[in-house]
Amino acid sequence: MALSGLDIYKLLPKTNCKDCGFSTCLAFAMALAQKRTSLDKCPHVTAQAKEALESASQPPIKLITIGSGDNKLEIGNETVMYRHEQKFFHPCGIGFLVEDILSESEIDKRIADINSLKFERVGQVISPDLICVKNTSKDKDRFAGSVKRVMDGTKSNIALYGDDSAAMAGAVSLCRARKPLVICGDSGNLDEFIKLAKTGSLPLAVTCSNIEEAASATAKAKQGGVEEIVINIKAKNLSGKIQDYALMRRTALKKNFRPLGYPTISFTDSVEPDIELAEAISYATKYAGIVIIRNTKKEYVFPLLVTRQDIYNDPQKPVQVEPKIYEIGKVTNQSPVLVTTNFSITYFTVAGEVESSKIPSYIICCDADGMSVLTAWAAEKFTAEKISDTLNNIGIMDMVGHRKVVIPGYVSVLSGKLEEISGWKVNVGPREASGITNYLRGYK
Amino acid sequence: MAIDLVKEKYNDAINTVEIGPSGSKTVKVGGETTMPFLFAEGGMPNAPVVALEVLDCEPSDWPESVKKSFGDSIKTPVAWAKACVSEFGAKILCVRLQSVHPDYGNRPAEEAVATLKSISKEAGVPLIVIGSGDDEKDNEVLPKASQALKGENCLFGIATQNNYKTLTATALADGHSIIGESPIDINIAKQLNILISDMGLDPKRIVMHPTTTSLGYGMEYVYSIMERARLAAFIGDKMLSMPFILFVGQEVWKTKEAKEFGEAQGVNWEIATSVAMLQAGADILVMRHPSAAKSVMKYIDMAMNK
Ligand code: SF4
Repeated sequence: MALSGLDIYKLLPKTNCKDCGFSTCLAFAMALAQKRTSLDKCPHVTAQAKEALESASQPPIKLITIGSGDNKLEIGNETVMYRHEQKFFHPCGIGFLVEDILSESEIDKRIADINSLKFERVGQVISPDLICVKNTSKDKDRFAGSVKRVMDGTKSNIALYGDDSAAMAGAVSLCRARKPLVICGDSGNLDEFIKLAKTGSLPLAVTCSNIEEAASATAKAKQGGVEEIVINIKAKNLSGKIQDYALMRRTALKKNFRPLGYPTISFTDSVEPDIELAEAISYATKYAGIVIIRNTKKEYVFPLLVTRQDIYNDPQKPVQVEPKIYEIGKVTNQSPVLVTTNFSITYFTVAGEVESSKIPSYIICCDADGMSVLTAWAAEKFTAEKISDTLNNIGIMDMVGHRKVVIPGYVSVLSGKLEEISGWKVNVGPREASGITNYLRGYK
Repeated sequence: MAIDLVKEKYNDAINTVEIGPSGSKTVKVGGETTMPFLFAEGGMPNAPVVALEVLDCEPSDWPESVKKSFGDSIKTPVAWAKACVSEFGAKILCVRLQSVHPDYGNRPAEEAVATLKSISKEAGVPLIVIGSGDDEKDNEVLPKASQALKGENCLFGIATQNNYKTLTATALADGHSIIGESPIDINIAKQLNILISDMGLDPKRIVMHPTTTSLGYGMEYVYSIMERARLAAFIGDKMLSMPFILFVGQEVWKTKEAKEFGEAQGVNWEIATSVAMLQAGADILVMRHPSAAKSVMKYIDMAMNK
């Protein structure tokens, strides 16, 4: 949260000594608020004021990085509660729990399953982000062995979850280069975990049973020299967890309350795969920075990954489909030609209706910056000129033997001009996509 | 550490809409004073509900994986509806009068209404009744259906900005509630609620359909429209204070992700879309696959646990 010039002024010595090069402390404060100078120009500022000013200039929820290199995971730095207010910035990490009570072959099987989880959707490759190895066995060597197998078997980012700091130190030494997230499972051992994270400059997750405990734990970790912190709350149920995570995020955002200004991690509790999926979706939509699940089956992981992709889409930037000719069904050179915009929902809706009409057709999506028909028309992105240009250059002339095009009913006003400049015969289709099926059936 | 947590407390509530004749089986939806499941900040007096969808004829374009999960019952609407209630735990049904549609049998309105009446009698749960999607046929069949179920306090749909008068008038005459649909547009949603209320229908008899889109097909637009409408309602916008209905099954089972990669993925697609909609504030989910519906009902129980 940015401070005003006046807020900054209150923290300065108010002696107007001019050592900073400004004539008064107030002038310096104003310049600082506008980022025209830096705080170190004033040699007299107190340590306390310095800390207050520095913390105010940081984002309310800290950005945390797990891993290194291209597939590192960045979470946090969120600024809003609802995506329509701006957007959600850093897609939550999605990872899998690997417990060290599994046999070596079971671990290898899990790793192989996880490695195969890669999907392509709307031009983006989506895949999980990390593996969380848990020291369930309480056995130091077993933990190290499991971590090693995971290290050898994948390039994935890693989280290490355990209660015992000696076991954790051993595991960390095996994978330090991957900058793992160290998860302290037992708040009784927090001090040792803090030392461990500080020494290795690693992100640390604190596990707590409520928000108050979490705030104390993060304050302690920060004091102990840990910069990157993640909060894990063991709430008594699903609604409790969503409520806690919402309250922490809101308090961090609205009050710039530092001890809660960190991203969160959420583990699913449900054993049944369908309910686990539902639980994971809840966390992905509601304020988890990382969601850790057990199930690795692709028919569960895929919808979860797509949910995350949807929710983290930038609402300011409409999702576009490529402006081109889409063939629906077994088209021929006599099939109808429909034109619309390249807003993804517009296209999907029109395509769905054309498909259900069972009349093979061409849909041409004009490049309208991904706007819907009415918006694009109002913004002059979907004009007679634009449509004419598209019809004559996109290649449809070579694909059909006729020169008849259907335009959306909402832009019927364009029909005269479009006919005139394009040389195509223009038919006005229905206003809503739901009318397309009937329209196409009667279309000659 | 004592912390002054920022809680959102709202003064205004979402309307409560009752569906079904008064009695033990009445389904109540709405009434929220908080964003979904945030029980430290407000209440959700009525749990969201799952309505299984049944048609008044055997569905011709539903994927085999959905159809076969109902067994033979799906061949006869009344048996199908009964199975939804007794076998699959539905406390409310959504009957789609598909058979009158020119593409799906073009049957006379009277036949559809007769089937609907039997369903109402035999299934014994509150009903949501929607038309076939063909405006002309629906303007004929829905008034008849409404009259046939007079006093049953059903939820009828779907009214749009261009076609709401007939439905509003019949709902008024026969004591039903109605669904108003807007194309992912908060202003049109509000406008339609105003138009319907102006005809004399109590705003507490309106449920909003913000348009449904499947996961992966623009679900997030609907998600955000719902959040925006809810937040506006909580700070006093009475013309956006209606509960939400989402036709999840209908949209999900159109997608290739649900249809072409095995039944389990389709079921999960329907679960995932439903849960995301619940997190955005959905009150009624109209679903198709009974396994998905069962999972979502279980999830709702879990999420409502304080
Ligand atoms: S150096 Fe510091 S104390 Fe001196 S005028 Fe500048 S801001 Fe004020």
